[in-house]
Parts: sequence; C-alpha cells; structure tokens
Amino acid sequence: MDQNIKISVKNLYKVFGTNIKQAMKMLDQGHDKDVIHEKTGSTVGVQAADFDIRTGEIFVIMGLSGSGKSTMVRMLNRLIEPTAGQVLIDGEDITAMTDDQLVKMRRKKMSMVFQSFALMPHLTVVQNAAFGLELDGADKQMREDRALEALDQVGLAPYAQSFPKELSGGMQQRVGLARGLAVDPDILLMDEAFSALDPLIRTEMQDELLKLQAKVKRTVVFISHDLDEAMRIGDRIAIMEGGRVVQVGTPEEILQNPADDYVRAFFRGVDPTNILTAGDIATDSQVTIIATDGKNPRAALQRLIKNDREYGYVIDSERKYLGLVSADGLRELIDHSDREQRLTDAYINEVSPAPASASMQDILPEVAAHPSPLPIIDDNGKYLGAISKNLFLKTLHRNQPEETADADQVAVEGV
Amino acid sequence: MKYLNFEEQLIPLDSWVQNFVNWLVINYRDFFQGIKIPIELSLQGLEWFFTTLPPVVVILLFTIAAWRFAGKGVAIFTLLSFFLVGYLGLWRDTMITIAMVVSSVFFCALIGIPLGIMSGRSDRFQTLLRPCLDAMQTIPPFVYLVPVVMLFSIGTVSGILATIVFALPPIVRLTSLGIRQVHPELIEAALAFGATSGQVLRKVQVPLAMPSIMAGLNQTLMMALSMVVIAALIGAGGLGNPVVQGLNSLQIGLASIGGLAIVLLAMVLDRITQGMAKR
Repeated sequence: MDQNIKISVKNLYKVFGTNIKQAMKMLDQGHDKDVIHEKTGSTVGVQAADFDIRTGEIFVIMGLSGSGKSTMVRMLNRLIEPTAGQVLIDGEDITAMTDDQLVKMRRKKMSMVFQSFALMPHLTVVQNAAFGLELDGADKQMREDRALEALDQVGLAPYAQSFPKELSGGMQQRVGLARGLAVDPDILLMDEAFSALDPLIRTEMQDELLKLQAKVKRTVVFISHDLDEAMRIGDRIAIMEGGRVVQVGTPEEILQNPADDYVRAFFRGVDPTNILTAGDIATDSQVTIIATDGKNPRAALQRLIKNDREYGYVIDSERKYLGLVSADGLRELIDHSDREQRLTDAYINEVSPAPASASMQDILPEVAAHPSPLPIIDDNGKYLGAISKNLFLKTLHRNQPEETADADQVAVEGV
Repeated sequence: MKYLNFEEQLIPLDSWVQNFVNWLVINYRDFFQGIKIPIELSLQGLEWFFTTLPPVVVILLFTIAAWRFAGKGVAIFTLLSFFLVGYLGLWRDTMITIAMVVSSVFFCALIGIPLGIMSGRSDRFQTLLRPCLDAMQTIPPFVYLVPVVMLFSIGTVSGILATIVFALPPIVRLTSLGIRQVHPELIEAALAFGATSGQVLRKVQVPLAMPSIMAGLNQTLMMALSMVVIAALIGAGGLGNPVVQGLNSLQIGLASIGGLAIVLLAMVLDRITQGMAKR
C-alpha cells in the first residue's frame, strides 16, 4: 500500500432506481446511460470511477450539475451506498464496513462541509462547531475548548454564543468549516462548500482554506463546478462528465492536454474564446526592457528587481518585440559567464510571441506550457502586452464586469 | 337477481361486530380492566391534587403560568375566568375536568409522540397508520362509546379512554409532520459527522420537530376538552355533568353555565400551551 495514497477509489459505480441489476448489466455491455434510463428507469450516477487521492493534497472534483460529483463525494463517506466497487481509506475498504465501523470512521477520520451550510438552527455557533465531538461523546469542557479553538482559526470566536441565523452566509460557512476542523479530521470533504457565497466572499474563503492547509496539511476533497476555483485551490483536479471521471491531473496538465472535447469545452467555458483574440486581452502591465546598445544584463536585472518581477520583455525603441528574459536567467548569466555579457544570451528561446489575431484557443497551449506570461505582438512585430495563466482564466470567466479589474491586478502580480 | 336486491340485508356485519365485542367482553374483560389501572391511578392522583389544593393556590398557579408563558393580558383573563367559574359554583367540576384533560393529554402524548416519530421516519409505517388515524378522527364518538362501556364499564376512566381515542390523531400527525419537515441536509450533516440513527433522532429530529409537537399537544388538549360533554354521557364527572343534566331536564341555565365554564377553560389552557410552544 502506497503511503502517499489516502483515498483510493476503485471501479466505483452508483445506480439509482429500482432496476439496478439490469442497469448494471447494460453498463457492462457498454450501453449509454441515457439508453439505460429509457430501458430500465434507473439513473446511472457514477460509473467506473477509478482514481487515487494523495495524502495532504487538495483534490478538486469538477463537473457540471448532473455529472455525478456530489454522488461521488457522498460515496467517500458512504452517505450514499455504492452499487459496486470499492473506496479504500488508508487501505481499508469502507464499502465492507459494518455500521459501527462506519460511524467510528466518520467520527475520527473525516468531516464534511456542505453547500447549504447545514448548521443546526437550534444550536449556538459554538455548539454547532462542537457537534462532531458531541456525537463522539466528548465531555462538555473538552468539546467546547476544541470548538472555540476551531472557531478562532476561522476568526469567529467572538460569535460563539450567537445562533447561525444571526450570521451572514460567509460567516455561517466559516462555522461549517470550524465544525469540520474541530474534530481534527485527516480528510475534509467539501461539497460545493463555497458555491452559495458571493464572489468576493468566495475568494476570501478559498484563501482561508489555503491558509489553513498551509498550517496543517489535510487531505481535502473539494467538489466544485467552478473552473476558476478548481484552478485556484486544486493541487489536482478530476473532471467528471455524465457519471464518468474523464480526466485526472494537475491544473497545468489538464489545461495543456485536455482529455476530450468535454474537458476542452470546460476551458472554452462561457466562451469568450471565439470572440476575443489574444490582442484583446493582452495587458501591457509587464516590465519592458528597452534594448538599446548600452543596455547590459545587469541593468535589466536591476529593473526587474526594482519592479519585483520575474520576467522582463525586451523591446527596441520602436517597441518591436525582441525576446523574453527572466531574473534567474539574468543572474545565471552574470554569475557564470566570463566573456562579454549580452542581453540576447539570456533570451528564453522556448517562448515565442503569439500574434494579436490568434484566438484564445490557439494560444491556450502556449499559455499553459510556460511559467511566464505569453508575449503578444501585432502584425508589425510590435509588443502589445502579455497574457498570464490567471488573466487567461479570468477572461474565460468574465461574467461579472467587476472581475475584469481584478484580473488585471492578478496579471500585474505575475503567476 | 338476488344480488341486486337491496331490500334484505346480505352482509350481517352488525351482528358480527356485536358477537365480536361480546366475545371480547366474556374472554378478555380482565385484560381490559387491567388497562384501566394506570389511567385510574394518574386520574385519581391529579383529581386529588386539584380538589384538595386550596382554590387560591390553583388560581395562583394558573395565573403565574399564564403570565410567564403568555403575558399579562392572558394572566388577567385567567384570573378572572377562574374566579367566575368559582362564583358560578362549578369549582369542583372544573378541577375534575382539568384532571381528566391533563391525564388524557398525558396518555395521548405517551402513545402519540412515539407513534408520530415512527411514522415520521418510516413511509411504510405512515401508510399503515394513516387510515387508522382517519377512522379515529371521523367515527362519531357515540359509535365507540358503547363498546368502551361494555369493556371498561361506565365512569370517568372510560370517559378518558374515549377521549384518548378522539384526541390522539393530532399529536401523532403533527409529530410525524415535524419529523418530516427537518431538512434532509441537516440529517445528512449529522450522519456525515458520525451520528447513529438514535443520535439523529435525539439531537436533530426531535429538537427541530419540537414546535410542531407542541402544536400537536395543543390541538390534542383542545380536542380532549371538546370531549368533556360526551364523556359525561358515560358517567365521567366534571363540567360535562351540568351540561348533560341540563339537557336531560331541560334546564337551559344549568347547561349554559357548564358550557361557559368549558369555553373559558379551553381558552385559558389554549393560550398557556400556545405560549409554551413558542418558547
């Protein structure tokens, strides 16, 4: 058993309905889930899911509604009974557990945060946070101490004696998070935990989660339908479609190499990509270095350090794009080269500029492939600006106008 | 055509029922008399309590309860109502009625809340229970008064038994409704944190169903009060007595004051228990 694997999902199926045997048989024969629904009336929730979740990672399961992601997460703690297959947690098959074992596992190893918060309205904030400990029979003093500690972690200690309905949505979900943390679980299951919150609070909560994760590494399984969220917090992402897990990988892997049209469609998203070109979204917020004859690598490095940037875009006095340099590359050149140092020696040759007329889909592989924002040039070779991964994603999800400003800011910070 | 002739009775259901009840009376009378014991005990205890307590204490108790749970207005109304009932010469009957109603409601809760919880948690149980509750609510009490008297003989205890049959459905239905109204996400959350089925019931379903259960209790209480007169027909004491007597001897005045006392008592008890439910 691999030490690094916390949860292992093996050939997992869930069929809802009355005619499960026949539906499973038809699945074996390779029938489509729509056909199965028509013939048997049963609904295939999850089929042939097979993946591992590593210890300490944030694993995002992403898909549209009806893709089976909520069913999937509920099979990890057996709130939904799998029809076939196994879920191994620390090598133990939870599908074979007795009720007692299952209750014990849920109390000791995992907790869950819900989209609807699911706080008990008749309990105070601190009693809610202590709920898991109370179920486990912890004495009152101990569970209140731990609950207060957990509330403190999410910044809600002053509200301990309030009732949930007196708090805002974001605060309520912090209580939900504190309830999950109070039992000190190895595994945190988060079912669209931030989806009901408005965008600003959502980002705040994502940061909160990342902060908590930096302190204590838990295995987090995060369900989301939001690509932005998945990219932002996920160490790895599994994409689900129609009950099937179509791809598992790091955000970069998936961005770079989408497994099929469905995954690609995700990145096409709401789809500004057909309309917007690279020239439309490029921002001129990166550091430019004007390569006059007198400029040497040291001056370029100085300029990058002064602006606190990793990458600089070298242009001539006519703004014609010449090349891309990195602070690391420049440093290396200065340290290790004994002959005369020229800026051109530090150019990162792998990155070639994209034309302003290119569509977003055209530049996607290039944006994904390199850590540096992709330089964009016009027909005459003039530098227009650059596109970072974040800017790219933000553009895809630019449903709300206020996020555009935000996107620019992220690009300035660099990826 | 024999089967289209409705002049004759083809199915003698009436005599079957008759024979069945007679058979029960002959063979199981001891059993039914045994059922009476706990009701008799609680009734006697309560009756003794309310009739031996000085009226001032009883009035104070109810007034304070009204004040605590329902506010000043209801407290004043309670005070005046009890004095009026006392001056009408119905104090003892009123106390007996309170004892009867309280013990009926107690047994209704004892039977009805568990039944309601079971029907709230199981669809099958609810399907089975529903026609029984429908029958209990729609059969006119006069229909089951006779078998009740045959099995349990006449008296206040039989009156309470008839009252229980009549007043049980609301508490069962409203308990079941309260349990069913608990958001499934809350139950899911409890389960996700490792709650056993008993813990889900004790820590989530029952506390959240409490307002509905209290409403059921209030309804049951009101129905128990409305049975007071009918119970008096089979020998139960209390405020039903003056009404029945008044009816039998055409003493309109006597029936009226009995009726007035019942209405006042109903209003007082309703306001107090509603106030308690809101807590």
